[in-house]
Amino acid sequence: MTPVAISLEVNGERVEAQVLPRLNLADFLREHLKLTGTHVGCEHGVCGACTVRVNGEIVRSCLILAVQAQEKSVETIEGLSDSGEISDLQGAFRDRNALQCGFCTPGMLMAAQDLLKQTPEPDREQIREHLSGNYCRCTGYQAIIDAVATTARLRAGRAP
Amino acid sequence: MKASAFAYARPTSVINALELLAAYGDRAKVLSGGQSLMPAMNLRLISPEFIVDIGELTELRGIVVKGDVLIIGALTRHVDILKSLEIATHAPLLRDATSHVAHPAIRNRGTLGGSLAHADPASELPACMLALGATIIVFGPGGERRIRAEEFFTGIYETALSPQELLVAVELPLARKNSAHFFHEFARRHGDYAIVGLAAQSIVVAGQFADLRLGFFAVGDRPLLTGVAGKLVNVPVTPEALAKASAVLGEELHPQEDQQATPAMRRHLAKVLLSRCVSTLLFRPDLQSGIPA
Amino acid sequence: MTRTPENSNGLSVLDRPNSYIGKTVPRPNLDRLMQGRGLYVSDIELPRMAHVVFLRSPHAHARINGIDVSAAKRMSGVIAFVTGQELAAVITPWVGVLSHLKGLKSAPQSAIAIDRVCWQGEAVAAVVATSRAAAEDAAEHVSVAYEELDAVTDMRTALDPATSVIHPLLGDNLAFERNHDAGAVDDAFAASDEVVEAEFIFGRHTGVTLEPRSVVADWNAAEARLTIYQGTQAPHMVQNIAALHLGLQESQVRVVCKDVGGSFGIKVHIYADEMATYALSKLLRRPVKFVADRVESFNTDIHARDHRCKGKIGVKRDGTITAFEIDDLTGIGPYSMYPRTSAIEANQVVNLVGGPYMTLNYRARARVVFQNKNVMCQYRAVGHPIACSVTEGLVDLAAMKIAMDPVEIRRRNLIADDAYPCASPSGLRFEQLSHHAALAKLIKMMDYDALRAEQTALRARNIHRGIGIASFIEVTNPSAAFYGVGGAKISSQDGVAVRLDAQGAVICQTSITEQGQGSESLTAQIVGSVLGVSMDRVRVILGDTDNTPYGGGTWASRGAGIGGEAALQAAKVLRRNILDVAAAILQSTSGELDIVDNSVVNAGDGASRIELNELARIVYFRPDTLPPGIQPELMATRHFVPRGYPFAFTNGVQASWLEVDTDTGFVKLLKHWVVEDCGTIINPQLVDEQIRGGVVQGLGAALFERCVYDERGQLTNANMADYLVPMSGEMPDIDVGHVVSPTLESELGAKGAGEAGTAGAAAAVTNAVNDALSPFGTIITEIPLTPQIILTALGRI
Repeated sequence: MTPVAISLEVNGERVEAQVLPRLNLADFLREHLKLTGTHVGCEHGVCGACTVRVNGEIVRSCLILAVQAQEKSVETIEGLSDSGEISDLQGAFRDRNALQCGFCTPGMLMAAQDLLKQTPEPDREQIREHLSGNYCRCTGYQAIIDAVATTARLRAGRAP
Repeated sequence: MKASAFAYARPTSVINALELLAAYGDRAKVLSGGQSLMPAMNLRLISPEFIVDIGELTELRGIVVKGDVLIIGALTRHVDILKSLEIATHAPLLRDATSHVAHPAIRNRGTLGGSLAHADPASELPACMLALGATIIVFGPGGERRIRAEEFFTGIYETALSPQELLVAVELPLARKNSAHFFHEFARRHGDYAIVGLAAQSIVVAGQFADLRLGFFAVGDRPLLTGVAGKLVNVPVTPEALAKASAVLGEELHPQEDQQATPAMRRHLAKVLLSRCVSTLLFRPDLQSGIPA
Repeated sequence: MTRTPENSNGLSVLDRPNSYIGKTVPRPNLDRLMQGRGLYVSDIELPRMAHVVFLRSPHAHARINGIDVSAAKRMSGVIAFVTGQELAAVITPWVGVLSHLKGLKSAPQSAIAIDRVCWQGEAVAAVVATSRAAAEDAAEHVSVAYEELDAVTDMRTALDPATSVIHPLLGDNLAFERNHDAGAVDDAFAASDEVVEAEFIFGRHTGVTLEPRSVVADWNAAEARLTIYQGTQAPHMVQNIAALHLGLQESQVRVVCKDVGGSFGIKVHIYADEMATYALSKLLRRPVKFVADRVESFNTDIHARDHRCKGKIGVKRDGTITAFEIDDLTGIGPYSMYPRTSAIEANQVVNLVGGPYMTLNYRARARVVFQNKNVMCQYRAVGHPIACSVTEGLVDLAAMKIAMDPVEIRRRNLIADDAYPCASPSGLRFEQLSHHAALAKLIKMMDYDALRAEQTALRARNIHRGIGIASFIEVTNPSAAFYGVGGAKISSQDGVAVRLDAQGAVICQTSITEQGQGSESLTAQIVGSVLGVSMDRVRVILGDTDNTPYGGGTWASRGAGIGGEAALQAAKVLRRNILDVAAAILQSTSGELDIVDNSVVNAGDGASRIELNELARIVYFRPDTLPPGIQPELMATRHFVPRGYPFAFTNGVQASWLEVDTDTGFVKLLKHWVVEDCGTIINPQLVDEQIRGGVVQGLGAALFERCVYDERGQLTNANMADYLVPMSGEMPDIDVGHVVSPTLESELGAKGAGEAGTAGAAAAVTNAVNDALSPFGTIITEIPLTPQIILTALGRI
């Protein structure tokens, strides 16, 4: 099978690579770029552990081929962390212990940030709904909802 | 699981895509959003030799009103439908239904065309096409075909599309005066496939249905535009009339048995949906529990 | 054992100034996980690392008549194909029995099946390649000649003479049977005003850890050392077993656990495919990585809780429960799991039924039978959910029979809070529980009377809400009574080594392990508090058999109680040693000094005398300035093992408030409460979060989760779309409260809390559903409570 040349942006850096068409974006990020913060939990698009941003929108990287990311801008948890974009959300997660084993956390943070960008003051119901595609086995979700709600209030300039 | 190897092509035009499909036929699969194709490939349920990625065919995007129809390009993503003013105005049923499709990350990639071509009997959008009286626009070696929604879905993951054809758009009549819609599905969790669902479009005048189209899904091997709707049009809808219609619906449906529900369960839930739909559309809370105890 | 005052103020170690114990502090080192910079096993890459994919049986029971790899051999990226026979030269088989489970029998299990496969999903060959994808491609071209055999797939008929015996040498399909008879059960039933019976059916569950099981095994032939990177809860156990079966000394095996993406007991067991991976590395003389995919996980991660339990309760009109009786049947896989055995769950059920209650009349039979389905073993709250659902379901049935409020019947029968120490009719010894205090607190927290009033008002409008209560006891801090006495090389003690480094910071090495519950944090909190050092100066090393004391690890809710006590004692010794040196330097006595905020201070007026970093500098670099004869020791190790009680029992009570749509059978969980007593709480937020996470696993059991096998032994829902795990949209908020009854077994007084949530949640939900539907006269004693089951019970379909 012939590799295909791709050129894309990952966390603001230009990346050129030769990949087999069958390679999905999650594996490309993890194995080729060693960005292992994006996790693989099911490979059928149900658990949300592989959530990344492509052209600013959250997607399941296990359901995208690396070749489909040609000329796109991909952002992973490492990028969102380094830019400081979610440092307040991460602080809220830390304070509220909204993570235990941490495996769902990158995807959860991606989805939470996606919600907060679209809906600045979501209620708990809305938070639960937006995160309803991200599986967590450790926390039971409540702490995550709390942390997202706290961040929303802080961003809106209210008391946490 | 890792997908099997395949050859990959990304056509730059619809003509180009059709050439590839003509060449490969059923050895190829069309990749649009990939939200149904990729899981199947990752699970090695299917191993196509060729993938034709139509993701860059911008001519297949867009939602536009043309005269008295709304034209939605096949590559319109679920998220685009949710955000579209045209859809909210002219086909709000579609917006409501789409909000039940999976989760935000899936909706950012999944497409209307992909969903319709995939034809999962438990999915929301095929039933909407029935309820809205849609026409599916298809291009192929023989040129354009216009297929009524009622004739498009032919079985589990089966449609009227031939392997050489591409679904390019759907046309919906614009919502008329006094239109009202209803959408509900019973699913165990947010975003799950429905156990039973109903997409309904109606015209209500003076407390009666002047028109009613009931598109049930997850009730068999394809979505069903049920004939029982006719029993409720242009008649006063009394509790008795609804109960009778409920019985007719039970006869019309031949639901499948699976891990989620037995046929009896699906028939029952369909009847619950029917009464909730009718009760909501007619503002008749007295019809809420139309099912005999 | 009493608390010893540590200084002239008469304060115990728990009351020290600036103590972190009892404080909600954020866990250290979370940034790593939140930035995607953790190190999970699947992230590990080593030079020349190969990937293994296991070819797995599509049949529940079949003879292997031949494996043909000729087509697959030529495929690109293939390194080796290895059969069970070939691997047997490198790794020996095992049998999952323990001597204290009398009569438990099981057959030898090989790392890869030889001659016969016994469950759909069992590995029949290993395909090793340069990538997972290449190995999967090659695996598709391996052809195996199977001869299907009869499969035992119904536990109810597993013991029938007509049913084939899976292991003929064992004689029958009975793995284990336990009978227990205490008090005078028949007399008690005869003297009862009402006797109620029900059969309780439980769905088979699995853990669904988000990170699948993953191993990187690295045999370095030149060093003759095997390094195993694995997310195990019990690294020393893995070390022991890997060494034993590979013919190595334990000192030749190192087990390293870094970040683990969830375990809950799933990753505390010994799996054939993981053992095969260790053996493959040794055979191929290079690192080998195995990462289960999600379908494999469903088919091979241990399952649990597949029980059918008949229960009977006797009650008097005044509410006195006279007796409990159960007959429990559980269908495991074809092998008892190694080394913890697949009989423990049933054994726990026998132990725990009726536990919170006063009645001494109890009879039980539990039978464990082999089936041709996936193996089954301990998963969070082992056996407790079964025992609690049966007990609390029976108590509610009794209450209904005599028209008594479910809270009232519990008030009349829960063991009194001042009755301790005492023992249960199954022989469990309780040090100090608080059932009544917990129940009273729960009733207040949930405003029980207001909910009852709301229920009544809504019923009139055909809206059906229900309240379900579930009391429970929980096994924590197990001694050797759990496994060690049966011959298992599973340590029931743990150790912590603490040292002051050259900059006056503290490094702890602990033998407990971390899977996200907060082991690192609790260790740092305890050490920081006892030593008087700020937490940001405490580094905790765990999960490495080369670099921690020998210990059991984290499981059975033992980390805080046992590992925490070891940390406390080690820190006490280090503190004394530091003060001895300080006294020598300052020409004082250790009794007049204390350590507060990283400094040695006067115990009396708190004035700072010498900072720890300065003391460390002197000790490490300028011992020539110390008084003659002094040999400073700035490192201390202490181990701890519970000696008094075989288990530190905790107790709690849960409540569920929910609504049932009687038209559709759908249940909406509105709210959940837990009041729990785990003794001394080190970090309230971490304990509460453990409880919440545990509750949600129980809610999943109550409504959603079930491994669905067909009659041919095929697991039909082995993916995350069809096996329904709880997601955020359907879960309620959970309020948690505590009563505190410290154990006197340790100075810390901490018992465990990790499994309490899971123990009682399903029972509370089932009781709530039955309460909601009581106007309809339905009683459902089966979980998961699917809409199908509810509508059927209501007679709607």
